[in-house]
Amino acid sequence: MKRTMTCIECPQGCRLEIEADGTRVISVSGNKCARGAAYARQETEAPLRTLSTSVLTRGLELKMLPVRTSGPIPKQKLFEAMAEVRRIVVSSPVETGAVIVPAFLGLAVDLVACRPLGKK
Amino acid sequence: MAAALAARRAGVKDVLLLERDQHLGGVLNQCIHPGFGLHHFKQELTGPEYADRFVRLVQEDRGIEVSLRSFAVRLTGTRELSYLRPGALEEVKARAVILATGCRERTREMITIPGSRPAGVYPAGLAQKMVNMEGWIPGRQAVIVGSGDIGLIMARRLALEGVAVKAVIEIQNVSRGLVRNVVQCLEDFGIPLYFRHRVSRIHGRDRVEKVSVVQVDEELRDIPGSGFEIGCDTVLVSVGLIPENELLEMAGAEMDGRTNTPVAKEVNLTSLPGVFACGNAFKVYDLADWVTRDSELAGRTAAAYLAGAAL
Repeated sequence: MKRTMTCIECPQGCRLEIEADGTRVISVSGNKCARGAAYARQETEAPLRTLSTSVLTRGLELKMLPVRTSGPIPKQKLFEAMAEVRRIVVSSPVETGAVIVPAFLGLAVDLVACRPLGKK
Repeated sequence: MAAALAARRAGVKDVLLLERDQHLGGVLNQCIHPGFGLHHFKQELTGPEYADRFVRLVQEDRGIEVSLRSFAVRLTGTRELSYLRPGALEEVKARAVILATGCRERTREMITIPGSRPAGVYPAGLAQKMVNMEGWIPGRQAVIVGSGDIGLIMARRLALEGVAVKAVIEIQNVSRGLVRNVVQCLEDFGIPLYFRHRVSRIHGRDRVEKVSVVQVDEELRDIPGSGFEIGCDTVLVSVGLIPENELLEMAGAEMDGRTNTPVAKEVNLTSLPGVFACGNAFKVYDLADWVTRDSELAGRTAAAYLAGAAL
């Protein structure tokens, strides 16, 4: 089975052609770098996305703290992740990279702060 | 920040960095999505992370004085600059000035969408600031006008926040945004993108109730009988950016009225000696990494000017 997809690894947006048997990739073409091939494989087997969003704060300089998952998570878990994020309130100062939620959703990634934020 | 740091590296002793906001970083602070830094840092970062890398370097540098909540109100052709900061009006005479004033958004009024004037119509970048920094969700059902990167990024952002994003309407037959954004922002969330369509009317008394959409031909004329309506309470307008160059104009620099950018022989230059412009104020970029690259050049060019080089 042949599939085409657009690589989202970088702004070039290569057009990839993938030959696959179900979720097993046989060949990839159209990619200008190795990351394209890896993306095509991952996207065919189990799509992953990095989630970035912001969480509420209390008593800090800004009302919201931008956060991200430290690595990509399964695409179908994005909405579950957002539901979890809505329950978080950060009330202590943080530095960039500070872990807000370890092992987020029980996965092997953390939810981390994307900027420093001090007390109001 | 990139220009200030590059000027310092090129030997400039005393740099004053004026920032209107209470934090450094500008629009990067509200661009919480990843996609920054792949070229400059060889690593994918979010906007705030990308800004933070520069903030650290600026804060470590004793030769850069940062003045926050400082709003430049006047610039002359001889580089006299006035700025307001809390409690004071300051005046400085600089030997070189680099303007990194960015852009403003093109608004609904500038693309003339007819209809009533209800609440619920926002420039997409303003909505981005509301959602990402203030924690306000602008509505429950949204239509996005224009498929530039900000519109695409906001489609995903609203979808993640539980807003029903009904459609993205693009008058051209291609997206002005990056292909990767069409894929990861629209296709991932099943959001339809209508090419060669335009919003012909916004309806609603107090709040947006629906929009009329019509298909257009290659000359962008409405195709009779192709119209349909989409119910929504929110319209985000993402139809481009306009460089913000009031200070340059005030100083008497020669401007291109069509793009609102300085007339220049080379990147970052203006018609005024010792006055430079960089980043989105000079021309609208699609990647922050290229803004950094060219702004570093602006810093080095200003340093060369101060050292007496002919430009």
